[in-house]
This record gives sequence, structure tokens and C-alpha cells, in this order.
Amino acid sequence: MEIEDLCVDFDTPEGIARAVDEVSFHIDTGETLGLVGESGCGKSVTSLSILGLIPTPPGRVSSGRIRFENRDLLSLDKETLRKTRGRDISMIFQEPMTSLNPVLTIGRQVAEPLMVHQNLPKSQAWEKACEWLENVKIPAAKKRLNDYPHQLSGGMRQRVMIAMALVCCPKLVIADEPTTALDVTIQAQILSLMLALKEKLGMSVLLITHDLGVIAQTAGRVMVMYAGQIVEQGPVATLFDRPFHPYTQGLLHSMPQLGSRGKGQIKRLAEITGMVPPLTEAIRGCKFAPRCPHVFDTCRENRPEILPIADGHRARCWLKEYPQKRG
Amino acid sequence: MTTSNLITVKNLTKHFPLGGGLFAKPKDWVKAVNGVSFTVDKRESFGIVGESGCGKTTLGQMIVRLLEPTGGKIFFKESDITHLNRRLLRPFRQKLQIIFQDPYSSLDPRMTVASIVTEPLFAQGKPSKGQSRQVAASLLKKVGLRPEDLNKYPHEFSGGQRQRIGIARALCVRPELIVADEPVSALDVSIQAQVINLLEDLKEDFDLSYVFISHDISVVEHICDRVAVMYLGAIVEIAPTVELISNRRHPYSAALLEAIPQPDPHRRIRPLAMEGDVPNPIAPPPGCPFHPRCLHVFDRCRSDEPALTDITDGHAVACWLNDGQGIRPSESVKGGVS
Repeated sequence: MEIEDLCVDFDTPEGIARAVDEVSFHIDTGETLGLVGESGCGKSVTSLSILGLIPTPPGRVSSGRIRFENRDLLSLDKETLRKTRGRDISMIFQEPMTSLNPVLTIGRQVAEPLMVHQNLPKSQAWEKACEWLENVKIPAAKKRLNDYPHQLSGGMRQRVMIAMALVCCPKLVIADEPTTALDVTIQAQILSLMLALKEKLGMSVLLITHDLGVIAQTAGRVMVMYAGQIVEQGPVATLFDRPFHPYTQGLLHSMPQLGSRGKGQIKRLAEITGMVPPLTEAIRGCKFAPRCPHVFDTCRENRPEILPIADGHRARCWLKEYPQKRG
Repeated sequence: MTTSNLITVKNLTKHFPLGGGLFAKPKDWVKAVNGVSFTVDKRESFGIVGESGCGKTTLGQMIVRLLEPTGGKIFFKESDITHLNRRLLRPFRQKLQIIFQDPYSSLDPRMTVASIVTEPLFAQGKPSKGQSRQVAASLLKKVGLRPEDLNKYPHEFSGGQRQRIGIARALCVRPELIVADEPVSALDVSIQAQVINLLEDLKEDFDLSYVFISHDISVVEHICDRVAVMYLGAIVEIAPTVELISNRRHPYSAALLEAIPQPDPHRRIRPLAMEGDVPNPIAPPPGCPFHPRCLHVFDRCRSDEPALTDITDGHAVACWLNDGQGIRPSESVKGGVS
């Protein structure tokens, strides 16, 4: 999967909002790529555009290419795209209650992709659905097939979502905040389940979350998004040990560290002052400039390019060119 | 009871009826809070952690008397406020304020910021308009908003700013204790840090005590001096924060700590040593409520419920493992000791 210069615009009463701004990245086979950012930074829109799920209007993909196995997904007709979706690329959504159909049994919902994409007869599809409910560790899976979503707990519903997404053995799974609505102990269970299944099936995962902890625990590579742009990307260890972009640094320092009280290290949390600029605002220079502690004139005037820092590590920041400005 | 205790909660319970009707008896009860006792000292930050449905919000709302307790007692300093009526409660309302989780639904969308922030003043008496505006302006400054914001409406603010408005409202009547119910969980990380810092500054400025309710142990550790861990309506462990983090004695506290994904790619979580979901609070399991999910479960856990027992000064645990029976896991439940 390769994405180049993707731009997504939305028409709003305040003008055109560029939700995704020149986003380029690739996902290798079998890797877990983390996409992290705060609400409204464009991470969900990026994932929806991959699957052609941007509501049009008001939204539209205004430029860029999304290549998946040498096909440009943006130029596919609706029918071919529909066949790709669910079979080769599937998605796990954040809210398991609203993304499952409340009036269909979970057996039917897990079996449906098999009947649509692999033309399996109903009995076989249900058998396989049952197998998958066992794979995602739903106890008494056979009995549960006839349950409706409201009869399951949040964690169980998320397991059903995972079964639905994986039942056709896709090559790429996009997981958009898959554990945000869950309690921590359930989150830990779901994350380790997802990782185990990923290893087993050898698929790629694009994991979208606002939680740096989840990213650190699961991803191989990480991209940080801010106001529609990727501001930094790199291997997970590099990014957490040696973050380059002031925004990434700010994010990491603003998290309370568990265990610091015992070491007598309770101090004020670092703040990123100010707020994310509205997407409708045309910003000439760096989008982070108004909040950046190291800002200088060039940042306000010129838009930084994303430049290599080290092997596989890139950042969109003028400090790369003017390292002496980091005060 | 020493005078330093600001709030004393004794054996507090809240049972919600299920089913039934105007004349029919309830079919069942949800035991949301089931016999909880603790104290909060003056200038202390007391944390309550637990997962959804453990009763932490219900407990918080009972402390400020937004919910009527089913049983038990609440003392503010030496006064029993458990069943005071509205009129008698009024002077105490001033001392006990609450900040809510959701900054979107806890502010009336049709009120200006000025009237939201000063509404508690009007409940206490009738200040003049000029006086209340002055109070509102100084409160906004304290929480990092501008006096120009006084005439705006809640929809004009972001989540973090709305939470600041909620905090200003709570501060308006100069409370001694603020119950903060998940005040930062709806906010983004960078905004979360701003609000946590604000709460800590205000604690100094206004001489406050906090009851800080959260599901996030890292945030609680940052703010609180002492912590109680709740599970299914009861406190399973209570200790000074440092002690709880370094020497947790309840398998549930251990699991809760293990489960938090740490922002450190060099220390990855092992599969969590805990299975299953939180049980149904209508029909809690017999014995220890945690036993169906506990790795160290033995016979006694299934039949008898352990009481919260002191193991050292200020550190109490409700677990039979601390009774000298069963297999004490080495240090903690990391990995899968069985």
C-alpha cells in the first residue's frame, strides 16, 4: 500500500477545510504502522479515504494517489472498490455498538463477508463464522452466533468486530481507535488478541489512535499527524527515544509517567500551549508555529517539507535546516 | 475522629432498584456502591480508580449529595450530612463542589459563561449584578480564560476550555473539597496536561482537597497522595499512592497497573494475566467479587468475601492472599504465575 500526496477537502460553512494535507506514506507487508494524533488532526479521514468512504459531498479527495498492489484505488469504479473492501482491506471501527447492526445476529454479520466475497453457501459461512468467534476468544461461540449485539459486553462486541474484519483474511486491516471505548484491562486483552492474529495471518495493520501508550506497545513504525499533515515518522523506538519535532516532543512530555511519584519525580507536566488551528484557516508557514516553543521567522513564513533526519526517520520542521534555533 | 478529616465516609452504600413500578416492588437491585469507607484529609488529593461500572461516579455524586445514599454515613468535618434536607444542606453545598467528566453536556448551552460561572452564587444568596460579574471575571482569569469570554456561550469553546469553565463554576463559592469526576478523560493529551496543571495550581491557591475519580492510574498517580482501587462497588485496596504503585497487594490492582499501555516501546506488555469481563453487578459472584477473573483464586475466595484489612499503616487490602493462605504471587502477577 502506498499513498502519495493525498489531500482531502471538506466544504464547510466557514469555507473549505483541508482535513488531510499532502499525506504520503507506505505500509509494508506484515508491518504494524501506527498513526497517532489528537482529535481533528485528520487521522480518521485518512483511513476513510483509503477505503473510499469519504462522504461526498461535503468531502472529496482533491489530489493524490492511493496505490494498493499496483492498482490506484481512487480510480477504481464502485463495484471493484466494493470487492476490494472487506476482502483485501478491511476496517475495525472505534465504537462497537454503533458499527454493528443491532437487528442482525452476530453470526449473520460475521458470515456476511464470506457469502459476499467468497461466495460461500450459508451453512459453510456460518461454520466459518463460528470458527472465527472462537479465534477471537468468545466463550461458547456456537451459542453466541444467534445473539444480537446488545446482548454482548463492549469488549465482546469489539471481538465480533475483529472477527468480521478478519474473516476473509484481508491483506491490510485498518483499525481506527479499536480500543478507545474499552476499559484498560479489556483494552489489553483486545490488543494482545489483535497482535496474535496479525502474526498468525501475516497481514499489515494500520493502527490509528490518540494513545501514545498503545502505539508504543504495538507499532513497528509510527507517524505523527498534526492539523492534517504528517509531521514526523520513524521506527517506534527512534520516535520515542529521540523525537525530533517539537510537537512529538510536547506530546510525549505531556503524559504523566507511571512510577514517577515513587522516584520523587512528580513535577509539572509539560504543556503544549494554545490550540490546534481551525482547518479552514490558510496558514502560510508551519502549522505548528503558533504553539511551538522554538518558533522563529522562517517557520511563520515558509512551509517546511518533510525531510530525512536519520534512517527511516523524517520530520517536517525547519529545525532540521537550522538546528541552532532549538533553544 | 480527628479534626484534620475533611470528609469521612462510613460504610456507604447505594442500591438502585431494577424493574418494579409505582406500586410494584423492584425486581432486583444494582448494588452500585456496597459498603465503602474512607477519609479525606484537609489539603489532600484522594484518588479513586476503577473500571466502568465499579461505582466510582456514584460514590462521587453521593459525597456531594447529588445522590441519596441507601445506607452508611457521610461526615463533613464533624457534621453528619448524610440525610440533611435541602435547606440544611445549603451551607455545606458551598463547601463541596463537583467537576463533571463531559465538558459538553455539563454546561447549559443557553447560558452565557458569566451566568454559568456565577450560578452557584445565586443559589447561595443574591449578589448584585456588578459584583457577580467581577467575581466571574476574576475566576475566568484564574482558570486561564479571558474576561472577554464572559458573554460567550459554551459552544464557542473547545473541550479543554469548557472544562476550565466547569472548574471556574466549582471554584465560585470557595469550596473546601472538589470532587473531580474524570475531569480530563474527554480531553486530548496536550490539553489534558494543561488541565491537570491547572488543577494542581488551584489546589495551592484555594487550599483545596480533591476527590479525584479516574480510570487512568497514571493521571491519578500524578495528582493524588492516596488512592483507593474500586471493583464492583467496593474498595479492594487503599494505600498511599507510592505504596500502591510499588507494593500493590491485590491481584486486581496489579492487573490494572499492568494493563496500562506505557509510552515506552522498550517495555512491551506481556499478555495480561487476567481473563474475562467485569461481572454483572446485579448478580455479583459469591465470595470475593474478583475471584472469577483472579489467577490466584483458591477455595476460600469462592465462598467467603474478604474484608478490607490493614496490612501496614494506611495500606488496606481485601484479599485472602494476605491472610497467610493461598499462594502469594512473587512480587506481582506479571506474566502468568499460576
